[in-house]
Amino acid sequence: MLHTTDFVMLSAVLFILGAMGVLLKKNAILLFMSVELMLNAANLALVAFAKQWNQMEGHLFVFFVIAVAAAEVAVGLALIVAIFHTKKSINVDELHQMEG
Amino acid sequence: MENYPSLVTLILFIPLIGFLLNLFVGPRLGERLSSILGTTAALLSFVIAVLLWAYLRGSGYEAVVVNPPFLDGWIQIGTANVSIPWQMRVDTLSVTMMLVVTGVGSLIHIYAAGYMHGDPRFSRFFTYLNLFLFFMLILVTGNNFLMMFVGWEGVGVCSFLLIGFWFDRPNGVGWKNSNAARKAMILNRVGDFGILTAVFLIFWTFGTLDYYRPGEIANVNAGAHGETSEHGEAAPAEGEHGEAAATDSHGETAAATEGEAAAEDGHGTTTSVVFTNNDHIPTEQLGVFGQAERMIQDHHQVDFGPFSLPIETVLVLITLFMLLGATGKSAQIPLFVWLPDAMAGPTPVSALIHAATMVTAGVYMMCRSNVFFYNAELTSFIVAIVGATTAVMAGFVALGQWDIKRVLAYSTVSQLGFMVAAVGVGAYGAAMFHLVTHAFFKALLFLGSGSVIHGMEHGHHHAAHRAHGHGHDDHGHDTHDAHGDEHGEEHHDDHDFDPQDMRNMGGLARRMPITFITYLIGTLALAGIFPFAGFWSKDEILADSWLKGLGAGSFLGSAGGYIVFALLIAAAAFTAFYMWRQIEMVFFGQPRTEAADHAPESVFSMTFPLMVLAFLSIFGGFLNTPSNVLGLENIFTAHNFTTWLEHSLVHVHAAEFQPGIALAALALAIGAIFAARSIYGKGKSSNVADHDPIADRVSGGATIFGLANARLYWDETYYRLFENPFNKASQFLANTLDWRFWHDYFHNTVIAKGFNGIAQLLSKPVDIGLIDGIVNGVGRLVRGISGGVRKVQTGYVRTYAISFMLGVVLVIVILILPALQR
Repeated sequence: MLHTTDFVMLSAVLFILGAMGVLLKKNAILLFMSVELMLNAANLALVAFAKQWNQMEGHLFVFFVIAVAAAEVAVGLALIVAIFHTKKSINVDELHQMEG
Repeated sequence: MENYPSLVTLILFIPLIGFLLNLFVGPRLGERLSSILGTTAALLSFVIAVLLWAYLRGSGYEAVVVNPPFLDGWIQIGTANVSIPWQMRVDTLSVTMMLVVTGVGSLIHIYAAGYMHGDPRFSRFFTYLNLFLFFMLILVTGNNFLMMFVGWEGVGVCSFLLIGFWFDRPNGVGWKNSNAARKAMILNRVGDFGILTAVFLIFWTFGTLDYYRPGEIANVNAGAHGETSEHGEAAPAEGEHGEAAATDSHGETAAATEGEAAAEDGHGTTTSVVFTNNDHIPTEQLGVFGQAERMIQDHHQVDFGPFSLPIETVLVLITLFMLLGATGKSAQIPLFVWLPDAMAGPTPVSALIHAATMVTAGVYMMCRSNVFFYNAELTSFIVAIVGATTAVMAGFVALGQWDIKRVLAYSTVSQLGFMVAAVGVGAYGAAMFHLVTHAFFKALLFLGSGSVIHGMEHGHHHAAHRAHGHGHDDHGHDTHDAHGDEHGEEHHDDHDFDPQDMRNMGGLARRMPITFITYLIGTLALAGIFPFAGFWSKDEILADSWLKGLGAGSFLGSAGGYIVFALLIAAAAFTAFYMWRQIEMVFFGQPRTEAADHAPESVFSMTFPLMVLAFLSIFGGFLNTPSNVLGLENIFTAHNFTTWLEHSLVHVHAAEFQPGIALAALALAIGAIFAARSIYGKGKSSNVADHDPIADRVSGGATIFGLANARLYWDETYYRLFENPFNKASQFLANTLDWRFWHDYFHNTVIAKGFNGIAQLLSKPVDIGLIDGIVNGVGRLVRGISGGVRKVQTGYVRTYAISFMLGVVLVIVILILPALQR
């Protein structure tokens, strides 16, 4: 029987993987994917705690997160396409015109 | 009749109203109405003066002090105990002056209506004349020295305005006229300094400026003289001072004669007190003259703070300052030089202001202050010397003048010298007598000369037109169209012609018969020929000075009398000579110019005053005939005028006729006339254009004439002594001190350089260094900080992400740490 701690540990590993991806990758698509990974790590933690305390609020939050993430991906991919149209590149290190 | 004195207010207001009307509506009235307005004002004033004279005759010559309405209490400073009321004095002296001023003034107003015909500023002329009458009447009617000073300054202003009346004549003549006006003004300022100082001294010494207070008797001996016709010398008023004072309230009753006041007192009680002296009045309630006499009795010391002076010395000081004022207004040495130049004014002005009335103001003032002068022996001596010297000096200068009005001007100076000398020898009555007769014949002579000038101008105009073929013959000689305008044209045509130059005249006796006859009468009167007016008045002065020389107790008095006598005899001879020279050159012989050949007789409004004044010049002397000559005392009351004046002048006395002196003076005058006739007469003055005949006829005549013609170099001397140094000094002050030192040096060196230094100090180290440093430093600091800080904003999204993450970690750590520590 899997214990709640295991789920949380997995969630933490996934989150750290996503965070490392956001920090280390240059490709905007991969960046997005890492963000999704972090979101799903959080979802996993929420579901695990919901089961632990036998309460439905955790599930409810997960659905919210999935809906918001879907919307985010839609906007984010549209942005990436627009950036690619102008820059012919999706390397985020080249997008530093806003520097001070 | 007892209300008559209050009319004296009207005598002031009528010329004032005439002045205001002419000032505001005169230019729209036209010549006729404007002149009628001005002349009516003068005539009404004369009528009032006559009524006042009748009142004085009817009331026993008692002086009345009138408080006019609206002006009650003129200058009052209660805390400083200063009280100068606006009071008017009706006494024999002021009424004499009023009669002369308004009488001669009225005649001259009538004359001016003809003389000024066609002048573009006709109504303004009458405006000024009425203003002059107003101020002159203030001068003579005032009961205190400050009112006299107001009038004194007012007539000075009118004199200035009228001398410069033709300030806009072309070809530099206007400049000369306005310069003459300024000269008169400035020299009179010198005299005014003396008057003001005298007034201040009087106020300091006596605490009042009133001549006499209401209820005070001017001359306590006069009543007895008047009734008993005893005409000896009037002793100075020396009542028994210190006797009981009767009523205190009495001295304060204003606007009441002595008799009336006493009568008013008498209404309440049964006894009617009539005072015959001033012993009942405390000293501090007397006027200045009464106080002066008591102070002399008491040997009073006048306190001047750090020192005190005896009253006699103070009186000498006061009278010396008064004399300075009189030399200004009455044209004596050393301030007389303005009067000959004042002839730049229109001739009626010369007659009214600069011969008959205003210039006699100094004599009036000294006669009014006879108590002061009588008690200041040193001043009297100086006055006598000044007057006599002026008389003989001006008489000599008149010998060498070509200008018809200039001769008369110097003659006026000379005759004023006679009056001043008379004051100096204590003959105050004779001075006033000569003032009156001189007003008659000198006004006559000036008006006559105006008539001659008028005729010459018209004759010149006529001749010029005939020569140019303009054909004005049908208008004849009585063309009286605008001669004021013609002046401009004439001066453009030929400005060489001078209608006042006697060299251009000659033979006018036939052309202008009325002018000639009246002028001759005036000449004889001025020369002192029996029985014309001048004979009596001049003889009285000569007799008085001789008697003073004989009878004065002191050396100064005797010397003064003899010196005055000698100098005045010489001046009288000069007078006869220069007047006959003028008669010969103007009226006899052949006409020397076309203008003289065509000069017409003047209009009736001009000849009428001449005839009236000629009448007065013949008979004016009988006002004051002596008692012991030719049985005249059976026809005329002897010493009439002197007796009349005794009621207002304390130290007036009638001099007895001195047959020897009179005959000698008469012989000298007639001799001078014959000498003048032999030099200038019988056509010998026909070619005077080059030089005066006296140069040929008398050895040394050229020198004498040169000196006289150059007016004894008075003006040049004054130029060297005062004007030139003044100009030099002011140029030095302006160029060197003000411009070079003050502007160039002081301004540049001290002010400008100092300013520059401070400005540089403020700009370089302070402004540029400190203030700019602070401001720029702040800017640089901000820029530096922001330069460092903005590096944080890299633009790399991953940098933001990691800082975001580190921040989250930090927040979590901060949130969790307390829980861990627990």
